[in-house]
Amino acid sequence: MELAAILLLPVLASAISLSPLGRYIAAPATFVAMAAVLALAIGVAATAAQPGRIDSLGDWLTCDGLGALVLLLVAFVGFTAALFSWGYIRRRAGSAGARKLRHYYGLYNLFILSMLAVPILANVALMWVAVELTTLLSAFLVGFEDTPEALEAAWKYVVLTTLGAVFALLGFLILYWGSRVAGYEPFTWVGLVEAAPKMPPALLWPAFLLILVGFGTKVGLVPMHTWLPDAHSQAPAPICALLSGVETTTVLYVILPLFPVIRLAPGLDARPWFVGFGLTSAGIATLLLIFVRDFKRMFAYSTVEHMGIILVAAGIGGADAHLGAAYQMTGHAIAKSFCFFAAGITVLAIGTQEIAAVRGLVRASPIAAFALVLGGFGIAGAPPLAVFVSEFLILKGGLASGQYVTVGLLAVFVVIAFCAVMLHVNRMAFGAGGTAAALAVPPSCKATVVLAAIPLLVIGVYVPSPLHALLTAAAKAMGG
Amino acid sequence: MNSQPFPLLFALDALTGALFLLTALGVVATRQVLASLQLFILQSLLLTISAVLLGIATGSQHLFAVAAITIATKTLLIPWLLRHTVSAEVYRTREIERVLNIPSSLLLAAGLIVLAYAIANPILAAVDVPFGRINLPLGMAAFFLGAFTITVRREAVPQLLGLLAVENGVFFAGIAIVPNLPVIAELAAAVDVPVITLVVGLLTRRIHARLGTTAVGGLAALREH
Repeated sequence: MELAAILLLPVLASAISLSPLGRYIAAPATFVAMAAVLALAIGVAATAAQPGRIDSLGDWLTCDGLGALVLLLVAFVGFTAALFSWGYIRRRAGSAGARKLRHYYGLYNLFILSMLAVPILANVALMWVAVELTTLLSAFLVGFEDTPEALEAAWKYVVLTTLGAVFALLGFLILYWGSRVAGYEPFTWVGLVEAAPKMPPALLWPAFLLILVGFGTKVGLVPMHTWLPDAHSQAPAPICALLSGVETTTVLYVILPLFPVIRLAPGLDARPWFVGFGLTSAGIATLLLIFVRDFKRMFAYSTVEHMGIILVAAGIGGADAHLGAAYQMTGHAIAKSFCFFAAGITVLAIGTQEIAAVRGLVRASPIAAFALVLGGFGIAGAPPLAVFVSEFLILKGGLASGQYVTVGLLAVFVVIAFCAVMLHVNRMAFGAGGTAAALAVPPSCKATVVLAAIPLLVIGVYVPSPLHALLTAAAKAMGG
Repeated sequence: MNSQPFPLLFALDALTGALFLLTALGVVATRQVLASLQLFILQSLLLTISAVLLGIATGSQHLFAVAAITIATKTLLIPWLLRHTVSAEVYRTREIERVLNIPSSLLLAAGLIVLAYAIANPILAAVDVPFGRINLPLGMAAFFLGAFTITVRREAVPQLLGLLAVENGVFFAGIAIVPNLPVIAELAAAVDVPVITLVVGLLTRRIHARLGTTAVGGLAALREH
């Protein structure tokens, strides 16, 4: 029942936002709905952690460890981004904004709905539809600012990720064909794992590659990443937090369960592909991080890097690396959404996204400066924050299984990325030179930053035991 | 090959497939926005015919459903949606700005068709399905040609039509390899395709209103300097 309620709440909030009443209560209604979704998701995660599987509405909805983790992350960022939107969007929508505001929240709730649906729909085919809807429902949120740049970003986002999704569709049709040939009817992850040993590799292999490349586009894997820095830098900050923090992870949820399926098939090995794509993405993103000029683009490239690391971790295999991958997904969602909240208040305070134009921010807007630095530490992986711990786990897993080249390259990328991010962020926060006087930051945005900082600071040092159980269950679902 | 249980249906499907591939090539080569839309409608009709032929051969009702949905959405709803979202100016007959000239486009297109067969053959060698021999390679060829169209076009509507042609290619292959198409296919056809068109159409209108052009291929404000 909880799973059905999780899907119902955003629909209600969207209807309220789009109704004439939305003019007055769209923001609070969305916030309340997201808070309720988060509470329900915590309940689901607690159940799925022990280790179990929750079914609802017959067998239409289901949730295992990995699904529950993704669900929890989407619900968490959906909640904080709703709070952040409250002040941010009112400011950005301006005076002619009542209608724009209603549309924003209407789409916001539906976008969250599509992301919540991905990890809990049992049927893989329906899951594909949900992933595709995440793009289509967020297109106008990306183009919300209505500037030429925002519209360009929205266009590239829709065309490229939809093209990727159609590639993946062919992959899923071939996968379904394979499970039919093997004599299995239900098109679910569980069914696919059962069918895998009997599937003809000639079918499984092209299906895997089509899905990896197709949905890899949406995850932002190099070389299909070109749209990502555009969309993730032009969307309003709360939407960036969702796109970068959890939409990418949601799509990973559709790629990672292929790993155990492929592993069970005779004569196939997905690991080199995961490691290859992952290392390329992490490496190229690291290079781009050095030369980047726009701080929202910097956070976007860091997302490409993190997705690469997670893929490498899945490819390395073993309990440690897979636990590291689950941990990295969590750390990434929390830290990256925080970074975009920090970027959002910086933009509100001084009205630019250019790194070179921001110097000595700590004097103009201390809260924005400290948030940027903390966010920078968070995504770059400074100890003792979560991303440090997860990257450590992944490297340890790689060393234990003797994959020295992979581990060596990954370690180099991680260190360079750390230096690049911290160099940019430090100059912005503490660099010499003046930044013009800052505008006040809305209270809801300040509250979001404080609220989102708590898990960011805590989760690297202290993982509550239910969360640890959940991460372990998620790692198991990846086949570790 | 001669062991085909439905020689007549097989021949008809082969003819449909050949025409289907021609329309895909036409979308690559045509110089006018309106002509690409008409070619897309024709391609969708051929997809419908193939679905009906396969439906008769396999007795799968899902295929008739796909045929009905294809007719309703792709030949009626999508042109209507485009006309109502995209401004009339976009539709006016004119040359499409393109990245590559037509002869070299067609040469590359021929290469893509060969590639489609190269990918489809090992699959069919492992698992044979009655109509897969026609629909899988030709669907994949249309799939690649649609993706190719997106990269050589600069205009918004032809890029969208390229995207929809890719989807048509997937379906052309899909109806043969999984005749009992799962709910995905019907849902994708009935919901996804019109929503794509609506979103992209509205976006095109906004880009046109804001920038005075729909040559999306020329948008390059966002890049690393």
